[in-house]
Amino acid sequence: MSGALAVSGSIRRRLIVQLLLGAAVLAAALVLLVTNLARTVAQETQDSILMASVTSILDTMTVRDGAVSVDLPYAALSMLGNVSEDRVFYRILADGAVLTGYGDLPPPGEGVGRDGGYQTTRYRDAEIRMASARRLLSVAGTPVRVTVSVAQTRDGQARRLAEIRRLGGAIGLGFFALAALLAVVTAQSGLRPLRNLAGAVSRRGPKDLRPVRGPVPQEMAPLVGSLNRFIERLTYSLSRSEDFIAEAAHRVRTPLSTVRTQAEIALRRVERPENRAALKEMIRAIDESSRAAGQLLDHAMVTFRTDHLEREAVDLCGLARDLADRLGPVAELRDIRIALSCDGQPVVQGDAVLIENALRNVLDNAIKYSPRDCAIDIEVGQGRDGAAIRVRDQAGGFPEDELDRMPMRFARGSNAAETVGSGLGLTIAREVLEAHGGRLELSNEGEGACVTLHFPPC
Amino acid sequence: MRHLAFSALLSGALSVLAVAVAAFEIENHIVVGPEDAPRRLQVISTADADLFAPLLQVFADRQGDLRIDYTVASSTELMRAVTGGAPFDVALSSAMDLQTKLANDGHTRPHRSAATALVPARARWRDHLFAFSQEPAALVISPAAFQGLEVPRTRLDLIRLLRDHEDRFRGRVGTYDVAQSGLGYLFATQDVRASESYWRLTEVMGSLETRLYCCSGDMIEDVSTGRIALAYNVLGSYAAARTDLGDRIEIVEFQDYTTLMLRTAAILRDARNPDAAAAFVDHLIRAAWGAGEMEEYPFPRLPEQGEAVSAALRPIRLGPGLLVHLDALKRQGFLSEWRDAMRR
Ligand SMILES: Nc1ncnc2c1ncn2[C@@H]1O[C@H](COP(=O)(O)OP(=O)(O)OP(=O)(O)O)[C@@H](O)[C@H]1O
Ligand SMILES: [Mg+2]
Repeated sequence: MSGALAVSGSIRRRLIVQLLLGAAVLAAALVLLVTNLARTVAQETQDSILMASVTSILDTMTVRDGAVSVDLPYAALSMLGNVSEDRVFYRILADGAVLTGYGDLPPPGEGVGRDGGYQTTRYRDAEIRMASARRLLSVAGTPVRVTVSVAQTRDGQARRLAEIRRLGGAIGLGFFALAALLAVVTAQSGLRPLRNLAGAVSRRGPKDLRPVRGPVPQEMAPLVGSLNRFIERLTYSLSRSEDFIAEAAHRVRTPLSTVRTQAEIALRRVERPENRAALKEMIRAIDESSRAAGQLLDHAMVTFRTDHLEREAVDLCGLARDLADRLGPVAELRDIRIALSCDGQPVVQGDAVLIENALRNVLDNAIKYSPRDCAIDIEVGQGRDGAAIRVRDQAGGFPEDELDRMPMRFARGSNAAETVGSGLGLTIAREVLEAHGGRLELSNEGEGACVTLHFPPC
Repeated sequence: MRHLAFSALLSGALSVLAVAVAAFEIENHIVVGPEDAPRRLQVISTADADLFAPLLQVFADRQGDLRIDYTVASSTELMRAVTGGAPFDVALSSAMDLQTKLANDGHTRPHRSAATALVPARARWRDHLFAFSQEPAALVISPAAFQGLEVPRTRLDLIRLLRDHEDRFRGRVGTYDVAQSGLGYLFATQDVRASESYWRLTEVMGSLETRLYCCSGDMIEDVSTGRIALAYNVLGSYAAARTDLGDRIEIVEFQDYTTLMLRTAAILRDARNPDAAAAFVDHLIRAAWGAGEMEEYPFPRLPEQGEAVSAALRPIRLGPGLLVHLDALKRQGFLSEWRDAMRR
């Protein structure tokens, strides 16, 4: 049934991937934002310092002896050196003619007024940022337009930007790493109830059909509700089929015993050997059927009782002794001696009816498969790992190669061909012991089989 | 000792490419290392060859197969040589402003190594300029001429002294001709930035018929012979190196402030042998800033690495600020003011 399940995708993976994608987009946006902001700020810083330089030069421009004169202030250029180690260029024009400075600087852009303007161009193989501003001076009554430009290369700015970009990248990466961690944790904890439910259901024993009771999150309520309803229906239909089997077995057994009686009466009357053989065959078939019906009934009873196991103190020795006494006469018919030895007073918690049924099936086998005139040993003892009942016989043992198969339902050994049986005896014994937390151990020892009923330590 | 040389001549017959030649004046030229070595390093410098030769020798010995051509020129001629495309690998100069301009205008190439990390941040610029010495601008006096007078410790002391003893010092004061000497101009412009007293001192010196010099060496020479009594803004390292003069000169570092010039090295953009150039710059840096003291290092090592030792020491800051005084208009204005004060 399992293994055929078609798994498609994983909620956890999908959740993580989606969260990570979101985080990546956010981180990228963050980095972009930071670098853009940094670029703007760096540009504005450079612009404002360039303009400060331009203004400081413009302010020293005067008219002396009928000519435009300028006294370049030291700070005008040194202040540029304070911000970055960039190359600095400047030029002062009076009515278009170069007064001083780097005459070959690119011309100031259009529309440069008193408030100045900025431009980014190339000069001497380097990208420069240039600030320019104009002012009118009156020389002997005629207005002269002076233009001051100060420019700076952008290496320092580029270096700073690269630094900020690195920092931004690191922040983005850190952000992403953190988000990734959170995503995994979220996915993990979000799916914990689901995992818990799956764990709780899969940890259950095969017979545990109780509904799920633990608190579950709202989203899982429908699923768990359906699961519980499903379990309920399953329980109901299971118990119905058990009931049905018991009923059927019971109904078959009664008419069978009538048929057997009639067959035996007929056998006594019939003389011809072929008719007697046919009747004997018939009686045997009836025995098989009624044994099967009886064992089926027992099995149904065992299944029912193990579902609602009632535990009480059971004295194993007493139980074994009663059973040996009860089966003693049957054994004596075939000169089989049953010896019981008790070591201490082992007591287990369990259902006496079930344990008795299990031991009876094992003893029944020992008697049934033993030849005439031999012995069966029952040992009841208390070991370190729990109490145990060991039944040894001299019946030749299990067929070695079928040992593992014997406690399966309807499994019969090759040595059982002559013997009436249904193949359910060891199944019943095994199910009883497993319901008590113990186990059934089969082995061959000496001249016969050794079957041990192990109970768990209390 | 002055030669007129052409850059093409310097690079020798090997250089077929040096077509565009720029004429510039050199003061000296020495060769260190094996004459016929396979590799060559062309160094142009403002530092005296005698002073520098031992340090060059150490480098040549370590390299083994390298010939160093060491050409001495004034800082302005050095500038002309480099901007004119003369085939040098490394430029060493005391004119920090001109070196800064070289780096700013793209005539140098960047260099980064384990050694460059030794240089404190204030002593390098843009991975292009690396300082390898810190030398004070000092007052050099002749103790003989100062008999009975107290040695001035600040510029105000000096102004007072000169005013009080005009007759004694007339014609016996020396300083740089800032129009002629790049280093003198650098010192003067730094003085102007540092204190108000510079213009007053210049006026006083002007009134005393101060003699003007091209170079520190000449000033030191004249002080030692007693021709002048004192020289202002002399390169202290050169004076200190003249141990042969004994107590005929005395070096005074002013306590109000002492300008520290940083001699810088730059690898030129068109260097033919950039690897050797980088190794050479690293060699200079290690000599200046490295852990072990090198006997051949010709400049005084400041006792403490990194920051200036005393509050009075004012190292000139590398950076674009140095470009201001190179501005043609600015220079013109400064020189005319200086001439006014000097009465020239
Ligand atoms: N004591 C035994 N010695 C030898 N073989 C045994 C012994 N007990 C059981 N077997 C073998 O194990 C098989 C399974 O036993 P099991 O009791 O389950 O079935 P059964 O005895 O054939 O039928 P029934 O349901 O009537 O007991 C037997 O058919 C027989 O081959
Ligand atoms: Mg049996």
